[in-house]
Amino acid sequence: MELGPYLVLATLEGAVTAAVLALTAVGLSLVFGVMRVVNIAHGEFFMLGAVLAWWIAQSVVEHPAIGFALALVAAPLIVGALAVAADMTILKRLDYDPERTIVATIGLLYIIQQVTLMGYGPDARPVEAPFNTRLALPWFEHGAEGWQMIWPWGLGTTSYKLAVIGAAVALLCAVWALMARTRIGLVMRATQADREMALAFGIPVERVYAGVFGLGAALAALAGVLIVPIQQAHYLMGADPLLLSFIVVIIGGLGSLPGTVLAAVLIGLSDGIISVFFSPTLAKILATLLVGLVLVFRPQGLFGARGA
Amino acid sequence: MLRLDRISAGYGRAQVLRDLSLEVKPGEILCLLGRNGAGKSTTMRAIMGLVPLVSGTIWLGDERLSDLPAHEVPRAGVGYVPQGRRLFADLTVAQNLEIGLMARQSGPEVRAEVLTRFPRLRERLGQKAQTLSGGEQQMLAMARALCLRPQVLLLDEPTEGLQPSMIAAIRDVIVGLREAGVAVLLVEQRVDAVLDLADRVAFLENGSGGAVMTADDLRANRSLVDRYVGV
Repeated sequence: MELGPYLVLATLEGAVTAAVLALTAVGLSLVFGVMRVVNIAHGEFFMLGAVLAWWIAQSVVEHPAIGFALALVAAPLIVGALAVAADMTILKRLDYDPERTIVATIGLLYIIQQVTLMGYGPDARPVEAPFNTRLALPWFEHGAEGWQMIWPWGLGTTSYKLAVIGAAVALLCAVWALMARTRIGLVMRATQADREMALAFGIPVERVYAGVFGLGAALAALAGVLIVPIQQAHYLMGADPLLLSFIVVIIGGLGSLPGTVLAAVLIGLSDGIISVFFSPTLAKILATLLVGLVLVFRPQGLFGARGA
Repeated sequence: MLRLDRISAGYGRAQVLRDLSLEVKPGEILCLLGRNGAGKSTTMRAIMGLVPLVSGTIWLGDERLSDLPAHEVPRAGVGYVPQGRRLFADLTVAQNLEIGLMARQSGPEVRAEVLTRFPRLRERLGQKAQTLSGGEQQMLAMARALCLRPQVLLLDEPTEGLQPSMIAAIRDVIVGLREAGVAVLLVEQRVDAVLDLADRVAFLENGSGGAVMTADDLRANRSLVDRYVGV
């Protein structure tokens, strides 16, 4: 295959990574933006989504699409409820202190990981995609007879991967609409702007925090469910999304949702392209280097407000 | 209406208010005077439940305000205009007002009534709060608090840093609120403004209550101002 089609293939793979990463990172950014809590356990909510998807899918014996659809609804709800419980029993007791909550969420990370290991085991397990049609992609070449459409071998994707990209875009639009167009979003933005003034205007800040922590975890779980037919469910699979989400959130600007999405697209696409042409390790090295440069030259992130 | 009964409050180990008692009646403007650090702003924050009480009780009519969680205090009918305005800077004027309306589930008629007091804000509804001038921001801070339909309004230095025309406009609104029966607790540094507006004046010294007198008595005894405020 020539460079052009190869680049298209890499971009498509990167777009899938970007879509899942944007969902995960928006959850992390939302939690940091509104609550000022750096949630180290965020990757474990992603992992729990994937593991629950496997558990639900294998419990439903009918068509794989039914099990997957059920997982898509139930896993985020279960993980969200778990996060709300963690907020009310742990973070609230620490008065959402930024330093102490970092230590608390590290503890939460290990608890979730080890409980999953005990209950689910150390194996990586696949979940069947609800649909997975192979889609060949055309390429255009200029030859002696002018422009020609050809079908290079290996240039293609699957219907499921395209659906993941579509679902992520729809969910991100829903999050944007929630924040920008609803009363719940207005309350969340007011709490983010000034917690004390939010209280002084009747906003039950602790309930808002619980809801935001649950929503952030549910988004990560949704991303986990979406990725599990492509990448198997494993109890250690939360580490990579956590690292990449932090990279994305720092580059995009802590608490900035548009910045987070744009940075996810940047990191996801570069990860896909560099992984295909060179190696996944080099992609991670370059992303981490980019974070270092952003922290040195623009600590508020590419799209964050100074002092945020 | 609003009664502070021997309240003590502070931040961690630092106690700022000690056995402070005060009362503001409906349709009255009570002004708190005192040096910087005397506890004027802390008194307001304590009423709003933003600073925990060590002892004492705060009453709003027959309701023990000090037993409520902080977010229930505005719902009980206490509006707060903090020092420095502290608007939701990234939200529009309309959204700031919406936050005020939500606490007591007030409808658009309350917003319309509030906007009649601040007609200039009507032209700025779609503008972000951070883009307003200082005077407009102060108007918005007051309008946001009035959207709560408060029985008691706490005003912490509402004319700080404003030009004279704006100060006059704010003064007119405060007088209008008094006429509407709202109890106003006002912190103000400018003694001439205090004498112009207040029905009674309460002095604070090191977090404790000092003399309480009418504005007329204070005019006749300006030496008290030197003693408590040092100007």
